Amino acid sequence: MKISAMPSNTGQTRREFVRNAGGLLVGFSLLDASIVPQAFAGTAAAGAAASGAASPSPAALDAWLHIDTSGRVHVSTGKVEIGMGVETALAQIVAEELDVPVGHVLFVMGDTSRTPDQGGVGGSTSISNGARPLRNAAASARALLLQAASRQLGVPADALEVRDGIVRVRGRAHAQVSYGALTGGDALQETLKVSGAGFSLNVQGMGTPKDPSAYRIVGQPVPRVDLAPKVLGRFRYITDVRVPGMLHGRVIRPAGVGAHVVGIDETAAKAIAGYVRAVVKGDFVGVVADTEWAAIRAARALTVTWSAPAAPFPGHDQLYAHMRTAEPKASRETLAHGDVAAALAAAARRVEAVYEFPFQSHATMGPGCAVADVQPDGITTVWSGVQKPHALQRGLAGLLGVPVDRMRVVWVEDAGSYGRPGFADAAADALLLSQAVGRPVRVQWMRDDMTAWGTKGPAVRCELAAALDASGHVTAVRFESRAFSGGEVLYQPSDADNFLAAALTGMPNRSGVNEFVAWGSQTPAYAFTNVQATAHVIAPFHDGASPLRSSHLRDPEGPAASFAVESFIDELAVAASADPIAFRLQYLTEPRAKAVLTAAAEKAGWQARTMHRPAAGAEVATGRGVALGTRNGTYVGTIADVAVNRRTGAVKVTRFVCAHDCGLVVNPMALRRTIEANLVQSMSRALFEEVQFDRSRVTSVDWNTYPVARAADIPPVVEVVLLDHPDLPPGGAGEPSSRPTAAAIANAVFDAVGVRVRQAPLTPARVKAALEQA
Amino acid sequence: MSRVSLRINGASHVVEAEPDTPLLYVLRDTLTLDNPRFGCGLGQCGACTVLLDGRAVRSCVTPVSRAARQEVVTLDGLGTPEHPHPVQQAFIEAQAFQCGYCLNGWVLTAKALLATNPHPTDEEIRRACQGLVCRCGSHVGIFAAIRRAAGGPAEAKAAHIVVPPGQPAGPAEEDAQTAPEC
Repeated sequence: MKISAMPSNTGQTRREFVRNAGGLLVGFSLLDASIVPQAFAGTAAAGAAASGAASPSPAALDAWLHIDTSGRVHVSTGKVEIGMGVETALAQIVAEELDVPVGHVLFVMGDTSRTPDQGGVGGSTSISNGARPLRNAAASARALLLQAASRQLGVPADALEVRDGIVRVRGRAHAQVSYGALTGGDALQETLKVSGAGFSLNVQGMGTPKDPSAYRIVGQPVPRVDLAPKVLGRFRYITDVRVPGMLHGRVIRPAGVGAHVVGIDETAAKAIAGYVRAVVKGDFVGVVADTEWAAIRAARALTVTWSAPAAPFPGHDQLYAHMRTAEPKASRETLAHGDVAAALAAAARRVEAVYEFPFQSHATMGPGCAVADVQPDGITTVWSGVQKPHALQRGLAGLLGVPVDRMRVVWVEDAGSYGRPGFADAAADALLLSQAVGRPVRVQWMRDDMTAWGTKGPAVRCELAAALDASGHVTAVRFESRAFSGGEVLYQPSDADNFLAAALTGMPNRSGVNEFVAWGSQTPAYAFTNVQATAHVIAPFHDGASPLRSSHLRDPEGPAASFAVESFIDELAVAASADPIAFRLQYLTEPRAKAVLTAAAEKAGWQARTMHRPAAGAEVATGRGVALGTRNGTYVGTIADVAVNRRTGAVKVTRFVCAHDCGLVVNPMALRRTIEANLVQSMSRALFEEVQFDRSRVTSVDWNTYPVARAADIPPVVEVVLLDHPDLPPGGAGEPSSRPTAAAIANAVFDAVGVRVRQAPLTPARVKAALEQA
Repeated sequence: MSRVSLRINGASHVVEAEPDTPLLYVLRDTLTLDNPRFGCGLGQCGACTVLLDGRAVRSCVTPVSRAARQEVVTLDGLGTPEHPHPVQQAFIEAQAFQCGYCLNGWVLTAKALLATNPHPTDEEIRRACQGLVCRCGSHVGIFAAIRRAAGGPAEAKAAHIVVPPGQPAGPAEEDAQTAPEC
């Protein structure tokens, strides 16, 4: 495939546009509300119609990047921006290899017809893994360009240097040629060696990437390319996509789990101007109308008679009792090291504790939105903000019953998604409605579609026991988790049965997998002599369409497992009369894990303590706690200062100190903001967030019934210490600093008032109850 | 249906709408002024915020009829790319957001706050913003931006970059030199 140069006003995509706008602050008048469909009316859509909607082969260099005559580098990537600045970081990485200004690197992201399948975004891997093929492709492009420049300028390639996309002969002021002149807008031809697939997809060409010691752009605090257009109101999200002939849809959810459609009465809906029709497919019910407001009113006006709901839920106050006693659907011993039973039997002292973490909602800021244009005889296009557009392409093709190359997913940025919320489900809703009415349909989820019916992070229960000898040394730890599966709804929406709409139409979910909450992968690697870890998966309450379907929520099960283990380690330190940081250091072997604890302690002014100090008397008690998080080679040490109101039970975090080591830092400014946001969001999960439900419905439906942290709750002081390792490859940062927060807070609460709160979130009621029991 | 005259970002518009239609849908779907975004439809989060005669209001629960005879300002009407409003400039310099979906609420609420209280305390900033949600948790950057817009110290505490012993100290120095003071 040969990519021709893109004139700035026809072939330009939305993302390239906003990128230009961010860098140059010109040309906004070109951008109108239908920029996305306009862009696709050009070469890309026509090309897709001719050749099918298959993704470009990663073996072709020009599938990854193309340099136009002006020297702009157009990069195509299956990675997408979800709000943490990955687009900027990738631009820095490509600009570094090519020696072009960061502002000259423009992206097409997540369009399945125009970008290689890199598995989308997930697992904090977009930089650690996802940048590798881009780095290698850029290095190869540079090598090809230097070859061409060498021929043109008549000097060996090693006599050349590049600055800002201009190749110069070293020491000769006027012998130079630009990248744009070298390519003439033509594709760079090279067949790359491809390895891996999805997240691990990589390519290798003739070029070798720079040694990190030569970096000039990577490591710099480059302002995020998307933020200026966003703040200036010149940015288009998925919610702003319009296509010609588009209708608006809304979906009506069952009255409760297991309720079936008995009858539909459209009388009142038909009285609404602009109403088109209702769509019913099994228990999937939607309405379509000419305008958004008409669709909302029609959804309210449509009278759906439902059969009586089933009552499969235990009610949320019985959740943990159910989890304790339910027969697991799967169990796995994840670690067996030494003889734990013998060590426990011989213990001078045993410590046992149970920790519980609830279902939580992604509660995305935008509830989810998609546009689908089903073309029975052509290529169906779906616009969506999911993290994994190529997987969505496969899943929606399956749902529609067409080959994958008849389905195109065009990613457009949505609100922050934090895993697999309902964005994929909104896309499936739009697909079914468009299929039914034969027109493009936009579905905007309402707040309760997301908070009540979106997938949930699963509830997790961890039971821990430890043996200490007479000197306070830990001789054994036993860990047993019981959790709903974070893979019940597969994080990749790659199968037709993945979607809520599929469940509502009666399709059984067969693509879900069991995920085990395991010692070690979600918790630090403490080197105890004897360790036994077992994980159980609890069956979902209801197999069909359920508002408690569990899937990946930011750092899947990490905050829950860390809350248990890092609280328990604190309990062991107290039992051993040891300082919580010194105690951890004693059992850690990884230098980087130790280093983040030490760095956080130093920054916070940690004072070693060997017993908790019960500050009796005052209504508000203060305390300080620490926790460690390790995740796929990223290390986080978090210290929380809290104030606990003994009368009300309210916990307020007054200061966070977070030491963070994710290897080489690509962009310290964007990284710092992402870590701060992780700390605040994970604090919100630790203190406030808990999905409530009765016997057949989730009753957390909006921001009042599913409260999250607000302005008054934000710690006045949040300090981030970045431990940079330019010698190490960049690791992940999207999730790791979400991990230790809950335990750091709970440990600080113990330090303040001397009671352990072992159930999250640490609401005033729970803290008060724990104080009263103490 | 009735005709409603609106004045938005300095321009006059006449739209056909039921008087109780929320302003949000008239702005977005009739006039394609897309910056106010749907977040909850319940007035609980602020993603749909616009200024009505200088006050930050929730357009998802404001009937279009109430906006008639008042001056409506949306995010893109605040400043231009060439001349950003100082509040927008401060948010850009502070690199305040993650996804930014919520930012109409924060930027316009900050604008409204600073118009009546040019030098708010941290407490007053938080009180003014209590009705807003940022699900990503970008509050630290947001508060820094508002303090910056008010001409105060941008951030209570700066971040620190520590390079372990024996490592080249590139990014730390660069950060100190070129990062905005946030």
